[in-house]
Amino acid sequence: MHNVLIQYATVLILTAFVGTEIIAKVPSILHTPLMSGSNAIHGVILVGSMLILGGATTNLQEVLGFLAVILATLNVVGGFVVTDRMLEMFKPRGAKVKETPTDEVTP
Amino acid sequence: MSRETLIDLLYLFSATTFIVALKGLGSPKHARRGNMVAAFGMLVAIVATFFKYVDGHALHHVWLIVLAMFIGVIIAVPTARFVKMTAMPQLVAIFNGVGGGAASLVSITEFIHIKSSHPATYVILEVLLGVLIGTVSFAGSAIAFLKLQELMTGRPVTYPGQQLINGIVGLAALSLIVTILVTASTPLLWILLALAFVLGVIFVLPIGGADVPVLISLLNAFTGLAVAASGFTLGSNLLIVAGTLVGASGILLTRLMSKAMGRSLSNVLFSAFGSVVTASGATTRDDGRSVRSGTPEDAAILLGFSSRVVIIPGYGLAVAQGQHVLRELADLLESKGIEVFYAIHPVAGRMPGHMNVLLAEANVPYEQLLELDESNSELATADVALVVGANDTVNPAAVDDPSSPIYGMPIIHADLAENVIFLKRSMRPGFAGIENDLLYNPKTTLVFGDAKDTLTKMVAAVKAS
Repeated sequence: MHNVLIQYATVLILTAFVGTEIIAKVPSILHTPLMSGSNAIHGVILVGSMLILGGATTNLQEVLGFLAVILATLNVVGGFVVTDRMLEMFKPRGAKVKETPTDEVTP
Repeated sequence: MSRETLIDLLYLFSATTFIVALKGLGSPKHARRGNMVAAFGMLVAIVATFFKYVDGHALHHVWLIVLAMFIGVIIAVPTARFVKMTAMPQLVAIFNGVGGGAASLVSITEFIHIKSSHPATYVILEVLLGVLIGTVSFAGSAIAFLKLQELMTGRPVTYPGQQLINGIVGLAALSLIVTILVTASTPLLWILLALAFVLGVIFVLPIGGADVPVLISLLNAFTGLAVAASGFTLGSNLLIVAGTLVGASGILLTRLMSKAMGRSLSNVLFSAFGSVVTASGATTRDDGRSVRSGTPEDAAILLGFSSRVVIIPGYGLAVAQGQHVLRELADLLESKGIEVFYAIHPVAGRMPGHMNVLLAEANVPYEQLLELDESNSELATADVALVVGANDTVNPAAVDDPSSPIYGMPIIHADLAENVIFLKRSMRPGFAGIENDLLYNPKTTLVFGDAKDTLTKMVAAVKAS
């Protein structure tokens, strides 16, 4: 039983180091999308919520599981959509021309 | 290959996509694709979960799961799609909070589920941590949302004996955890849930205004850790990996933000900074120094004669919704051959990177956005520093006045430029309540008024000249 615990702890510690390395390279321009994107990633709790509701054997567990799935879905869907909307806005120089064609281009 | 192995492999795939997505955020070019990859990975994990066995049988209540997901989707998509960009900080806060709430519910339900089989102490500990951290994150994010949405005051809320009360509630939660570890009592777990909720609320109440970026990052880390804790309870590597990644990112951002304010994390969290604004500041410094104020037209002339301009935006720009006019002004100046840059302070605004998103929304190309160090070297050779809605982040007191509360905070040195144009609503000090010497600097021209109005007038004046 304790072997499982050590296996999970190994995953945790290695991920912590990998995560820190990768995230330290995110430029400050993208700190908001980083926050919102990692927000979406912790929405993976939806998987846990599904298992909880799917394994529910009493009414109480069903109610709690049902709530958890709703909250987690909000988290996943909202997180990814907001992040996408943010990242869509980040454009390099030049790309903005096609964004406002109506003003300048008069055919 | 057995069903379980296949599902685990798919989970491994999802975990990998999450790491790829975070790696993609290393540059604005790949960031969007990375986010889509993670969304796909998430979808794979969710679909795979439908085929998973729990306690040796297929998932019960599949239609209930689908219904709950449907409800979640029809609330989340329109909210995320159509809420105004200015409401971004509170939107991020609320999506973070619901994740924490879900993690907490998962932990509680799993505890009720496995309790009859006398779980080991460490399993109970995982549950308790999941409940505590998840609920604190949920309640804390809810208060942060209320503050950012201005449904309650954005200033720190203080009351006598606050530290003491918080300490007592914290200790009570801790001793409750120890008791539950020994007794494995379900009623006590509900009490812990309630206590964690109270703790989340009273923890966030005294944190306000400019300290919110630190708070939001920290709550983000909390939810990540709560998810990792539920991963331990459920025995899911996927949840552990995802939760830990988010925890790491949140902690890193929290440290960056408090460093950018030159204060320790505990000072940010527990000092109720900026709650005593009117008392100190303004009264004592009334020593008859004069400021030089000008019209938007004066400012436009100054800009027209310069060759390098550095714009320093702050939260006031977001409040005034002036980002589009500001870009128009910058474009106009560029068309006259004037170089324009934006100097971004890491804690300007109400979440990490707030100014960057704000300007990106107005189609400012990201090459023009400078980080703190670059900004200061650009400013040394700039003709004009245009301060729009910023205050504490350009306050020289952070450098020369050891008695100032913001002493030690790295600032944008607007005073390095030949001239400073300071757009300001009034002489009122900024969030930290500290008089800004930059206003009295002989280089400085103050233009009073709403930032958007002033910028609009400046655009007209530059066009006319």
